[in-house]
Order: sequence, then C-alpha cells, then structure tokens
Amino acid sequence: MRTLERYAAPRALGEALELLRAGDVTIVAGGTDVMPQSHSGKVQFGRTLLNVRRIPELAGIALEGGTVRIGALTTITALLESGLVRERLPILAEAADHFASEQVRNGATVGGNICNASPAGDMLVPLIVLDATIVLAAKPNGSIETRSLPLREFLTGPGRTRRAPHELLTAVSVPLPARGFVSRFYKHGTRPALDISAISIGIGGVKRDDRLESVRVVFGAVAPTPIRAHATERVLEGRRLDAATIEAAAEAAHDEVRPISDLRASAWYRQELVRNMTRRLLEDVARG
Amino acid sequence: MSLAVDIEFRLNGVVRRATVPADMSALVMLREVLGLTGTKYGCGEGECGACTVLVDGASINSCLLFAVDCDGREVTTIEGLAGDARAERLQRAFTEYGAVQCGFCTPGMVIQARRILAQHPHPDRATIQRGLEGNLCRCTGYRKIIDAVIAASDQS
Repeated sequence: MRTLERYAAPRALGEALELLRAGDVTIVAGGTDVMPQSHSGKVQFGRTLLNVRRIPELAGIALEGGTVRIGALTTITALLESGLVRERLPILAEAADHFASEQVRNGATVGGNICNASPAGDMLVPLIVLDATIVLAAKPNGSIETRSLPLREFLTGPGRTRRAPHELLTAVSVPLPARGFVSRFYKHGTRPALDISAISIGIGGVKRDDRLESVRVVFGAVAPTPIRAHATERVLEGRRLDAATIEAAAEAAHDEVRPISDLRASAWYRQELVRNMTRRLLEDVARG
Repeated sequence: MSLAVDIEFRLNGVVRRATVPADMSALVMLREVLGLTGTKYGCGEGECGACTVLVDGASINSCLLFAVDCDGREVTTIEGLAGDARAERLQRAFTEYGAVQCGFCTPGMVIQARRILAQHPHPDRATIQRGLEGNLCRCTGYRKIIDAVIAASDQS
C-alpha cells in the first residue's frame, strides 16, 4: 500500500488545479463516499490528498441568465434549502429530500455524488432529466481552462467518468425548464432513509393540454450508469397521455431496461418496479 | 506511519490544536487523540448516527469526516452540550420518558435532537421522525425517543 505524502486544502481553484496537474491525487470534499471507500479498500489514496472543500469558486447556487449554476461543493442540504431549486427545479429538491439522512446530506456534495458515479447516485437521475451539463476545470499550461459536457455523457460506468486525472469538476449547470415543464421522481428502497436505490425513476416533459413534449425518462440503478429510456420517451412524445399511452409506455420501460440481480433486488423485481412505477408516475402527471 | 497534519479548531467552545494522520476520521480523533469518548463508533460508514457531532452547527457523521477537515471549524460533541439549557431539557426528558435503554445511541440521538430543535422549535412527531432517520436505536423502538424530544421542545 502506498502512503500519503501530502495533504492540501487550498483556498483557490488555481492552486488545486496545479496540485492535480502534478498527478496521483485523491480528491475529497464531504468525505461521505471517500472515507468508507478507503476503509473497504475500494479507494487507495494517491500520493496527495486534496481537500477541495475550501475553494470558493466551487461554492454557491446562482441563476445566471437562463441557467442555474450549482457549485460542486453545494451540499444536499443546501439544495433542499434553496428557494431557487425548490421553485424552479423541484425534481432536484425532491431527490435531495430522499437522500440518505440529515447527517449525510449536511456533508455530501453534489459534485461528489456526480464524480462517485454510482449507478444508483441519487442526484444523477433528476439532473439528467433536467439536461444538466457539468463543468470541468484544468490548468494544463499556466492558465485555467474549462470544458463542459452533458452529464449523461460524463458518466461512463460504475465509479467511472470522463474526468481526466488533472481535471476538477467545478459546477453543474442546469438550464431553467421551459414554461409548462412537469417532472416526477421516484426512488425505491426498503426504507425511506439511508437506503441505496433498488431503482429510481425521473420523468420530465413540457405539458401542453393533455400531451407531453420534449419528454425525458431516466432510470437509475438498472444499468452501469443512469440511462435515458429512449424507447419509452418515443411512446410518450406528443401523444395524448391517456390510459393506452401510459400502458404502452410502462411496457416499453419494462422491455427497455436490462438490470442485474444483486443484494438489493433481482433483475425481475427491478423490471416489475420500472413498469409499475413508470405507470404510476405517468398517471400522476396525467392527473396533475 | 501515515502523514501527520497539524490542525487547529474550536472544540466545544475551546480552541484546540492536534496533530492527526491525514486519513484519520474525526471520530477517531475525538475518541483516541483528544480523549472525548462520548461520541460513539457504531458502524463506521454513516448508517447508524452514533457518531453524530455538530460541525459549524450542522449535524455530521464524524466517522465520515476527515479529522484534518475540522481545521478552522467549530465542532460540538455531546460533552460540549453540558450547560446548554435546551440540551439539558433533552437529557432530563430522555431519562424521564425511558428513551435510554442500553444508551449507546443516546449521545448521537441527543446531538441530532438538539439540531432538530434548533431548526424546528415546535416540531411535530413526523418532523422528529424525519430528523432522526439517520440515528439507529435497537432498544427503544423510537417512540419513547420521539416522546422525549416532544417533551423537551417548546410546545405551547
């Protein structure tokens, strides 16, 4: 086992990026994932432990033009307490409300939940429904450079992302939903608190009369990453949200997911949950 | 020997300095470096809440927090609630209502209950139940704990 040689808690983004450029760095913010993963051996510390929690550029929630910028250090509690999030991005507040326990919500950060890239990550499903983009910063040759990519492209597998080792996720950008946008979130666990999802579902779309447009259906914990359910979306897109459409969408959802069996649920049960809860969420959208 | 880091923070109102391994949890620091054993080690992975402390006023699982990240912050443990009027009401109510049996979860329960009462001076049972969902108790069945928190709150 390697030993840590350096601990740093910089107060400026540039300084953190220089440390990352030097290589072999383990990044920590709230610690809620890194600490247990280091105990279990899933994470081996690099030479440098980089605590990013004091970097002001990574903090805060702000409306910039038509986009909500959520700093990577935003805790799940801060999301829940944000009027902007509750009023304009309610699906995100709803998912935050189902996240672990208060003690974990007070420590865990949005950026950490994204970079941990769990197939069951609670923030990922609503953020993909909202078409979120992540911002990565690096300092390859003396000046800070940033790039953005859609969250669903950023996630490549369990614990795997497109973040290069010298990059830091600084923020997630969420475009304000169009007028008439409706959304629903559902997480299934055996108890309300502190459970890792057996499945989660996010549905969003613009409701015009009794039709959904620009539909997004996202499932968590049924694949190596949260997935857009394109076949289900096609069934719903622009169609009257009546009983027949809802039934067809629920069947499409069931047939579209290919979950695995593990200690939280069997593949069969996950598919049943996907069908039945997709139906229930859509019925709720149709009513509401 | 792991890398040692010097930190300074306010612990229960008093400035403390400590030298801690960079990979140590705040819980282990409190118990084994600073000798405050009121905060309990239950599961070590944020599931049970026995290690709950307040950091800058917010409740945190100290088993998930890096000790080095306490640097410059304000940490309150169960020992630090001595002399806090609301916490003393909680303490009396916990004993009066039978909310303590084996007692292992109690420090974490009281810290988290103190946090709930700071945010909701007049909580209903559902609010308390939500607030305590990160604290496991294997003895009481929770009802008596909720009774005690209600009794210690400003119900009028």
